Amino acid sequence: MTSKIPNSIDATLDMLNAADYVADRSLATVLYLSLKMQRPLFLEGEAGVGKTEIAKVLADQLKRPLIRLQCYEGLDISSAVYEWNYAAQMVEIRMREASGDTNKDAMEDGVFSERFLIRRPLLQALQQVEGVAPVLLIDELDRTDEAFEAFLLEVLSEFQVTIPELGTIKAKEPPIVIVTTNRTREIHDALKRRCLYHWVDYPDASRELDIVRKKVPDADKALTEEIVAYVQALRTKELFKNPGIAETLDWATALMELDKVALDPQAISDTLGVLLKYQDDIAQIQGSEGAEILQQIKSEARSEGALAGAGTPSI
Amino acid sequence: MNAAASIEKTATGGRLPENILYFARTLRDAGLKLGPSSVVDAVRAVEAAGLGDRDDLYWTLHCVFVTRKEDHPVFDEAFKLFWRSRDLVEKMISMFSPMANPSEPAEKPKAGQSRVAEALFQDNGEKETQEKPELEIDASFSMSAKEVLREKDFAQMSAAELAHARSEIQNLRLPVDRIKTRRFRPSNKGNVFDARAVMRKSMSTGGDLILPSFKEPRTVQPPLVVLADISGSMSQYSRVFLHFLHALTDKRKRVHTFLFGTRLTNITRALRNKDPDEALDDVADQVVDWEGGTRIGATLHEFNRQWGRRVLGQGAVVLLITDGLERAADEDEMAQLAKEMERLQKSCRRLIWLNPLLRFDGFEPRAAGVRTMLPFVDDFRTVHSLNSLGDICAALGDNKR
Repeated sequence: MTSKIPNSIDATLDMLNAADYVADRSLATVLYLSLKMQRPLFLEGEAGVGKTEIAKVLADQLKRPLIRLQCYEGLDISSAVYEWNYAAQMVEIRMREASGDTNKDAMEDGVFSERFLIRRPLLQALQQVEGVAPVLLIDELDRTDEAFEAFLLEVLSEFQVTIPELGTIKAKEPPIVIVTTNRTREIHDALKRRCLYHWVDYPDASRELDIVRKKVPDADKALTEEIVAYVQALRTKELFKNPGIAETLDWATALMELDKVALDPQAISDTLGVLLKYQDDIAQIQGSEGAEILQQIKSEARSEGALAGAGTPSI
Repeated sequence: MNAAASIEKTATGGRLPENILYFARTLRDAGLKLGPSSVVDAVRAVEAAGLGDRDDLYWTLHCVFVTRKEDHPVFDEAFKLFWRSRDLVEKMISMFSPMANPSEPAEKPKAGQSRVAEALFQDNGEKETQEKPELEIDASFSMSAKEVLREKDFAQMSAAELAHARSEIQNLRLPVDRIKTRRFRPSNKGNVFDARAVMRKSMSTGGDLILPSFKEPRTVQPPLVVLADISGSMSQYSRVFLHFLHALTDKRKRVHTFLFGTRLTNITRALRNKDPDEALDDVADQVVDWEGGTRIGATLHEFNRQWGRRVLGQGAVVLLITDGLERAADEDEMAQLAKEMERLQKSCRRLIWLNPLLRFDGFEPRAAGVRTMLPFVDDFRTVHSLNSLGDICAALGDNKR
């Protein structure tokens, strides 16, 4: 059974929250509009900020099947859209020959019919699965070459695919399309124009805290706060690759598994590989800079603690 | 206008659609690329979202009008001003320069630097307006780390020059200029069986003849990223190599061009302009550090951080055009230059350095910058006199093929 699409921005926000996806209002607005206006949603952002997750949450909450097209260099029409089943076609030709059927037009119609069509993700997405239009996730579009973007134009604007031998296949009900990219190259304006664009940024401290608490509920409360403060401070440094939310979650899990209740220089140094993935960055943070950040967040936590202690205790 | 007509139809009353139209125009003036269709989209989006609070309107318009992260600050500023009071719009437009790129705030000049620049301008005021290179003292072999901001005018290109440039570029073959893709094209010599072509061909004989067809991997030119030095020591060549870069952008797909002196400027979009003179005018408007000093290490660092992962994918070849005269103050800056060069080399398929300074046969790389950079270069090309496109093409061309 499919759930109805949310009918307001607040409802969208609630739906995301219900799935433990902590979204800010801007994302909820864009998502709501994309659902309401039946336009593809184009999400751009650094790796590990939860772009792919949105599609999963959406499929899960709306009870629709998720069709995922992972992009890679050299992805072409026969592995993304459709392919003919050549072996079966050849057998069909021989069968017809054997039965003495030599009408050329009939032969062509028979051989290039839907029976011999192998549907790949994009074509599958245009068809209803179990009576509902699926969620189509086109992941990491920037990994393909420009030529592939051109295939997508027709699918994303008209929700149809034109097969030269067969004709045009159009979706009865347009699928919900989420396109993600890491911006390792610029996507052509023609494709972006057909979508609603949203830049998914790193979350602010309070939202990140929410996310870590929801996703790693077993971690110590004080430790979680320290982790989030540390990661937030790291993102202000000139790193080659800033840690994403995925890295924060991994780090929280790693520290929890190591039975830590507070950050200390040794623990950070041992687990920094979970957070940072470039040797230059690790070297930079393992030095004095990392210690400074730790000192800074500890002193901030102390002063906040003192403040909170003076008034009513929060949470 | 079509947009206006469509808005009339979609409007549910009120002046909001009209205001959105004005807002879009304001954004367009501020440099965003918006077609009439995005105005219609915006009105539909606002209708769909309903009129909630200011924030909702903000994000609703945002997702339609902003299609690049760089446009976000412009939109943000415009929204704040526009949806507050109409009187401010004019003022706002005058505040925006279409070329401003607020997402990458320019490096803060050191204290006193702007005064230095002003002082320099005042003294050279008259000379600047004449802009005749012959009259200027040729200080191109000296280098300076000081940031001096200047504007530049280029002599227009003649038709003969243009035709010549095009033919030169046509014949240019860069080293490693074909890379195999994972796509195929039909070929008689190929060794991959092309089942689809076989089926379609067999249909022409009604299935009587099923003859094999083959395909082979398609090759393409890799993306090209050009980093060109426009500091004082390179100034006499800048017209030539900008024309070269324009012709290159015109001829090849996927060319990204950056200019650097004391700061890094992405001029890719300006160079896409078909007309070379217009393109060079745009470039001249966009770049502020013509003929200033050189900070190769610092600008490469900026490139690696901001652009490296965005333009160096898919096996890009990097063409570095500089004389390598880096004025580094100390060892640290030289170390940074070495580090950034190494990173650059490791992130691209091939790093080609075109050095126009080596005009004497007996030249040895004595300058510290040149010695630091050389170990990280895959292909070192020199050109003795860089006065024509032909020279550049001859220097860059792959002679072995």
